Amino acid sequence: MRRLLLKRFLPLAAFLVLVLLLVRGLSLDPTELPSARLGDRIPAFNLPLLNTDDRRSADDWIGQPALLNVWATWCFSCRVEHPYLLELAGQGVVIYGLNYKDEPEKAAQWLVDLGNPYAETIVDQRGDFGLDLGVYGAPETYVIDADGIIRHRHVGVVNAQVWTEQLQPFFEAD
Amino acid sequence: MIRVLFSSVLVSLMMSIASMNAVAVIETYEFSTPELELRYKALSQELRCPKCQNQNIADSNAPISRDLRAIVHEQLEAGASDDQIITYLVDRYGEFVRYRPGVDGNTFWLWSAPIILFLMAFAVVWLQIRGDRDVTTVESNAERARELREKYDGK
Repeated sequence: MRRLLLKRFLPLAAFLVLVLLLVRGLSLDPTELPSARLGDRIPAFNLPLLNTDDRRSADDWIGQPALLNVWATWCFSCRVEHPYLLELAGQGVVIYGLNYKDEPEKAAQWLVDLGNPYAETIVDQRGDFGLDLGVYGAPETYVIDADGIIRHRHVGVVNAQVWTEQLQPFFEAD
Repeated sequence: MIRVLFSSVLVSLMMSIASMNAVAVIETYEFSTPELELRYKALSQELRCPKCQNQNIADSNAPISRDLRAIVHEQLEAGASDDQIITYLVDRYGEFVRYRPGVDGNTFWLWSAPIILFLMAFAVVWLQIRGDRDVTTVESNAERARELREKYDGK
């Protein structure tokens, strides 16, 4: 008798397990990739600043939480998020720019035309630092804490929702 | 005649589409030994493009894939082992860049699922077979066989 019950309900149980798995699968976002560098210090770099002969290294950015925004003039979405970055900078958020595989002259002109939200912009023309950081496109935005540790990566446009839900919490903790 | 013409147009169309696929990835690399080239081919087919998630870096036209192919070529020529190259990329892009990820907490079920499913299937079949072989069936079959033999052997 018990055997019969088991036989009758086994398919139902298997079906429910399958449904659970599929529902879970549908609610995941397969494009969401956490950075492999989470919890690590920003990789060492020594890159020129845009428009000047100065150079910056990873140690120069330690001391306060900041955003590191990867951008380029060939990147359409960067133009979309630019006004919001200006707004954030206006609120006192420190944003460093990483001009990624771009032409410095065009990049400089872009900041003249659209405004400059960046405290400093480093130029990574060959994309070497981008590679060390695990950048696979632009725009990408990293949260770097006061100790220079990478806390979060957001791939895609930064807007008000992304800021309040994903980025801002890291700035309130300090 | 028209049919022949039509099919020849169709065939040439198909061939041109096929050749378009063949030139999808444009750059070529020079290798100092044929062995390095083989390893390059194997690696670039096993590494996954982080941007376009269902392509390996050999097939993908994304800028990041071009960069990763350049890295693989550069490091192969510099004498790095396959493991060193894979580790270099996994450090930066995560296990995600491998189509054959190593076993860790995340991929444990991925790797063990085939074994578990096979054992489950084996268990089901085994239980079915054992269930069929109950004693009364065997005895009644033997009885029936004796009856038939008596009937047809003309005893």
